[in-house]
Amino acid sequence: MSAALAQPLRWPAEGNTRVPFRVYSDPDIHALEQERVFRGPLWHYLCLDIDVPNPGDYCLGEIGETPIVVTRDAEGALHALVNRCAHKGALVCLKERGNAEALTCVYHSWTYELDGRLRSVAFRHGLRGKGGMPEDFDPVKHRLQPIRLATFCGLVFGSFSPATPDIETFLGPQVAGVLRRNLGRKLVRLGRHSQIIHNNWKLYAENVRDSYHATLLHTFYTTFKVNRLDMDGGMILSDDGRHSLSYSKRDSLQEAAEYADVHSAQYKSGLHGPELLDAFTEFDDGITHMIQTVFPTLTVQLTLNSLAVRFFTPRGMDRTELFWNYLGYADDPPERTALRARQANLTGAAGLVSLEDGCINEFVQRGSRGSPDATEFLEMGGREVASSDGSRATETAIRGFWQSWRGLMGF
Amino acid sequence: MIAPELAARAEALLLDAAHAIDDDALESWPDFFTRDASYRIVPRDSHAAGEPIGILSCQGQGMMRDRILALRTANIYEPHTLCHVLSRPVLTATPDGGVMSRCNFALFRTQQAGSTELFAAGRYLDRMVEEAGVMRLAAREVVLESRRVDILIVLPI
Repeated sequence: MSAALAQPLRWPAEGNTRVPFRVYSDPDIHALEQERVFRGPLWHYLCLDIDVPNPGDYCLGEIGETPIVVTRDAEGALHALVNRCAHKGALVCLKERGNAEALTCVYHSWTYELDGRLRSVAFRHGLRGKGGMPEDFDPVKHRLQPIRLATFCGLVFGSFSPATPDIETFLGPQVAGVLRRNLGRKLVRLGRHSQIIHNNWKLYAENVRDSYHATLLHTFYTTFKVNRLDMDGGMILSDDGRHSLSYSKRDSLQEAAEYADVHSAQYKSGLHGPELLDAFTEFDDGITHMIQTVFPTLTVQLTLNSLAVRFFTPRGMDRTELFWNYLGYADDPPERTALRARQANLTGAAGLVSLEDGCINEFVQRGSRGSPDATEFLEMGGREVASSDGSRATETAIRGFWQSWRGLMGF
Repeated sequence: MIAPELAARAEALLLDAAHAIDDDALESWPDFFTRDASYRIVPRDSHAAGEPIGILSCQGQGMMRDRILALRTANIYEPHTLCHVLSRPVLTATPDGGVMSRCNFALFRTQQAGSTELFAAGRYLDRMVEEAGVMRLAAREVVLESRRVDILIVLPI
């Protein structure tokens, strides 16, 4: 399977507890991922359905390096199309979001229906009887490449592969259930921005599955008791180990002696603006913090009442763009929107509990540069890929990521 | 029209607040604001769309002080410094003796490895008021041209 690599990769015998650093720096592996992960049998996040609410709306997305446009046709149906003109390969849609009756490539005015069928070709019959396409030109044979599309709780996914199972099977019952809890109502967008992090995309995929680091690196979490490992919580994996859910219950905190020696718990000051952490009870299960991952590049966050869909995508081997989409519910009263807006300070590119993730993965990228054959050591919480109910001092979700990635890549 | 003396004080406030950040005098930065001032960093698109969430927001000096305290004692990031380059502002006097101001900026970031790069560009949209003889910011909206942040934002802009 690794025949496409100039140098074959032999995975360490210890399996999912070891990761050779080469996976973050080898251009051949990066190229192979385009085929096996991004065009592989998975659903990839494209946009939210509220990005394309009306007939004629379109919105740009991407799967790996391939540009995608999501459209809503006159009948209200969604389509996912490769944003590449069938003629010369130019981008057809340029604006991030827009509304159009048809999609016209600016280069030679080839025009497509919203479902991607070719409507017309400029000068097809030439001018004044001269030039034009050959007589046997058949518009039906030329169109924007369609890919499969699925929606779930307002999330729009695309897939290149006919082997991808239906979306609910792909997500599994645990993930689907949590998505319904958090996103299963009419959503509104409250804000968005993105961040360039200078590391391979898989380091961020590890990072969002890493419940072990969260309260050690992110001091703010620990000190202000937003999220700690001595709260009731756990790490739930989907049956295939791909997707994960880390959760905790703020009200259940029973301070553990182990935090006494931890740097991140030494910051004793109170807040001058304590209303930053004002929160309201939204669900009756007591869960106040959730980081849910959907393999490979989607994360849904509910930190107190701050609801966000994070999506990350490679921008080359050692660069990743991380998008933050902040959401609320359409029926939120203004005071809830205000609280969500205030709590948004916890996360994002300037987030009090997340800004470190903007640089920590880069530190791994830089630290491991020059050591392609050295490996990560991932045995916190054991060596298995299994749910860890009751403890988040575990790297089980990271092992689950690698198990899935290796399966797709054939390593 | 704005009286030259008022304009001079407004311009001094713009420069002093920027230089406090450039000079790492961050503990004094909240003092350029009124006690209940609002401070927001928001991408241009979100600003235009009127979205309630940008990249960072503080309601009141307390949250500003918390930001400074957090970056001094809690947050982890590579050391870097900022250098603001401000445009001439457009100033309008308000009936209460204050000033509305728009001032463009370019912000350069220098990292410990030595690179100096353009980190952000945008505009300050400010409402200034006089408090006990001192001009302060009552509201500052930092509108960034780009929605895309390189690495992270931890120092105020």
